[in-house]
Amino acid sequence: MNSTEKMNTIDLVNKNLAKRYRAEKRFKAYGIASIGFGLLCLVFLFTDIIGKGYTAFVQSYIQLEVNLDADTLDISDPSDPNQIAGANYMGVVKKALRERFPDVSGRRDKRKLYRLVSNGSGFDLRKMLEADPSILNTKQTIWLIADDDIDTYIKSASKDGKVFTGRVDEQAQGWVKSLIDNDEVETRFNTVFFTNGDSREPEQAGIRGAIMGSLFTMFVTLILSFPIGVAAAVYLEEYAPKNKWTDLIEVNINNLAAVPSIIFGLLGVAIFIGMFGMQRSLPLVGGMVLTLMTLPTIIISSRAAIKAVPPSIREAALGIGASKMQMILHHVLPLAMPGMLTGAIIGLAQALGETAPLLMIGMVAFIVDIPGGVADPATVLPVQIFLWSDSPERAFVERTSAAIMVLLGFLIIMNALAVWLRKRLERRW
Amino acid sequence: MKKTLMTATLAAAALAGTQVASAARDYITVVGSSTVYPFATVVAERFGKSTQFKTPKIESTGSGGGLKLFCQGVGTQHPDVTNASRRIKSSEVDLCASNGVKDIVEVLIGYDGIVIGNAKAAETMKLTRRDLFLALAKQVPNPDGSENLVDNPYKTWKDVNPALPARAIEVLGPPPTSGTRDAFAELAMEGGCKKFGWIKDIKSQSKKLKKAGQKAEAKAMKKKYKAICHSVREDGPYIEAGENDNLIVQKLNANKNALGIFGFSFLDQNSDMIQGSLVDGKQPTFESIADGSYPVSRPLYFYVKKAHIGVIPGMKEYLAEFTSEKAFGEEGYLTEKGMIPLGDSKRSQVAADVKNLKNLSM
Repeated sequence: MNSTEKMNTIDLVNKNLAKRYRAEKRFKAYGIASIGFGLLCLVFLFTDIIGKGYTAFVQSYIQLEVNLDADTLDISDPSDPNQIAGANYMGVVKKALRERFPDVSGRRDKRKLYRLVSNGSGFDLRKMLEADPSILNTKQTIWLIADDDIDTYIKSASKDGKVFTGRVDEQAQGWVKSLIDNDEVETRFNTVFFTNGDSREPEQAGIRGAIMGSLFTMFVTLILSFPIGVAAAVYLEEYAPKNKWTDLIEVNINNLAAVPSIIFGLLGVAIFIGMFGMQRSLPLVGGMVLTLMTLPTIIISSRAAIKAVPPSIREAALGIGASKMQMILHHVLPLAMPGMLTGAIIGLAQALGETAPLLMIGMVAFIVDIPGGVADPATVLPVQIFLWSDSPERAFVERTSAAIMVLLGFLIIMNALAVWLRKRLERRW
Repeated sequence: MKKTLMTATLAAAALAGTQVASAARDYITVVGSSTVYPFATVVAERFGKSTQFKTPKIESTGSGGGLKLFCQGVGTQHPDVTNASRRIKSSEVDLCASNGVKDIVEVLIGYDGIVIGNAKAAETMKLTRRDLFLALAKQVPNPDGSENLVDNPYKTWKDVNPALPARAIEVLGPPPTSGTRDAFAELAMEGGCKKFGWIKDIKSQSKKLKKAGQKAEAKAMKKKYKAICHSVREDGPYIEAGENDNLIVQKLNANKNALGIFGFSFLDQNSDMIQGSLVDGKQPTFESIADGSYPVSRPLYFYVKKAHIGVIPGMKEYLAEFTSEKAFGEEGYLTEKGMIPLGDSKRSQVAADVKNLKNLSM
């Protein structure tokens, strides 16, 4: 009886074995499929962004023989900086274009001709002349930034596939072809994109202003949220009694971590701008609003890190006569630091990609001047992406994607830093 | 060490906070319409680069939102200028006055056309404002000709007008918060709505009542008229596509059957992908909008707080730059960005009014 029962069990197991293996395989396949789906989405996103945006990292330049004569520039006294600053630089550029294409006549055609180069190139000439006044009254061969329409046309013509002519008509295409045939067009690395602030002319627009704004905002956020978050976590873990008040606080902190970020923006508008009368659009205000947003994340991760320090270390410190403060400052905090830093970096990475709360406090704005401190008006990277994506000019499409790449780069660096710190400093007990 | 660090941080934060709160602003703050934003930003950038003043800061908050911020009061924490894609309302003038913003300068800068367009691969639509009203209104006059309203029964363009193709009505447009939507309702839909004599009568009745002194009845009538002419259907054919006109352009390219509603500058920049439909026989072109023959165009304004002129540096110069011939003139740089300029005499009048800082009169 006993032996037959045993046989039966084994038979049962054997009978079901193939089915169980199959189930096991399916179970594994579900996981692989999920990861595959995620990777597919990621690949799709990256190819789309990079495919659209890689052309923004180069910019077309047009070579012109510019005669910097003082008469056309309207400079009578070269030593007067005001005259140098206010000179008619576009006049000499226009003259150079007319000389390059002498058979263009008529007001309309001339205006079209002037649109070959960026209408900001006058400012580049001014910079050149300010740096080296001796080039006044000489003929210079200068590479000028091409207008965005021309730039888009040149780029699409050098790619295979459909040529995008857009607002460039056949006459202008003829001019561009003649320039290309004479090697007077060059595509170079787009340094302007990394050195300029925002601009309404795509060829003059850059992300430097937004990057600086993001840095200042993150600096304020870090400087405020990390000490406050750590102090709160230390108190809650080490000192606070367990009663219904601390329970209430704990529930509220966890709750705040899940509150939509726009609400912190509304709070910021009411308190910092409404009550304290601060200016709109400042990284200082933005940083304070983002502090409110990242604090719960930092407190929660810091508490987890402090909790992970074994009680034996605390007891040993207290046992050899350390005070509670010494025990915390000398032993618990240094050991919990990697975990707390990781939490802070992840919180900051989250804050770096945030736009909604900044909308409320006016950081979604057109700002050309590159901010020099936390009290200068500024935007941040995600806001710059948002603003460019809403611009009608075609050349902003590639710049939007390029800015997304830069933002993704920053996020990858921050998250990699968090992983590296955790690996590097992690202690096992 | 921790303690000193924390004290230093707190002290620095407090110091920075008080400094910022008390510091005088040395740059112009502009808020307002997202339609005027692309033009105002160009002026601001040129102004910043060619003068010794700082570049004005421009926020795109929408016409209504901008005027609300603008009317909060006088003082450096409030904006100096607000852009609007419609005229200021008397209720907003009252709000401003109640907060101490009494002297306002109004500047009309030009026009913007609203385009009803589709993908270039599809055929060009020849619409009338009447077609647009019948296709997109929530309630339309009974098709059997009697003078009552029924829920919009039309499914295809052919149902609306036998001359149009038998394609389902599918229009991508901005949501109700957008100024473009307001202008579309007022210019295109109301324009078509008025073609029905008995609906137009409601408006004239309202005017008569107002003259006779029956204000409440007049208001109710006007409200009824607006409800008929401005309500957009919610049963599917009108699709709210968000405030981003670029998105509408991309969606049109993917869906050849759909029409979209967007600003003229987007047609100007994407002429390889999309085309504008004819409205009342007129193509949306630079010329037809400028001479007023294209029916769906609207004026663009900005409003200036007079009390801030002389307090915030560069205000007068900014106004002068905006109303100079090289900016808003016939061949100025704003026209390159797609703005339709005012007529010659109107322009010189605006420039003169701005120079004298003429007060707004409703």
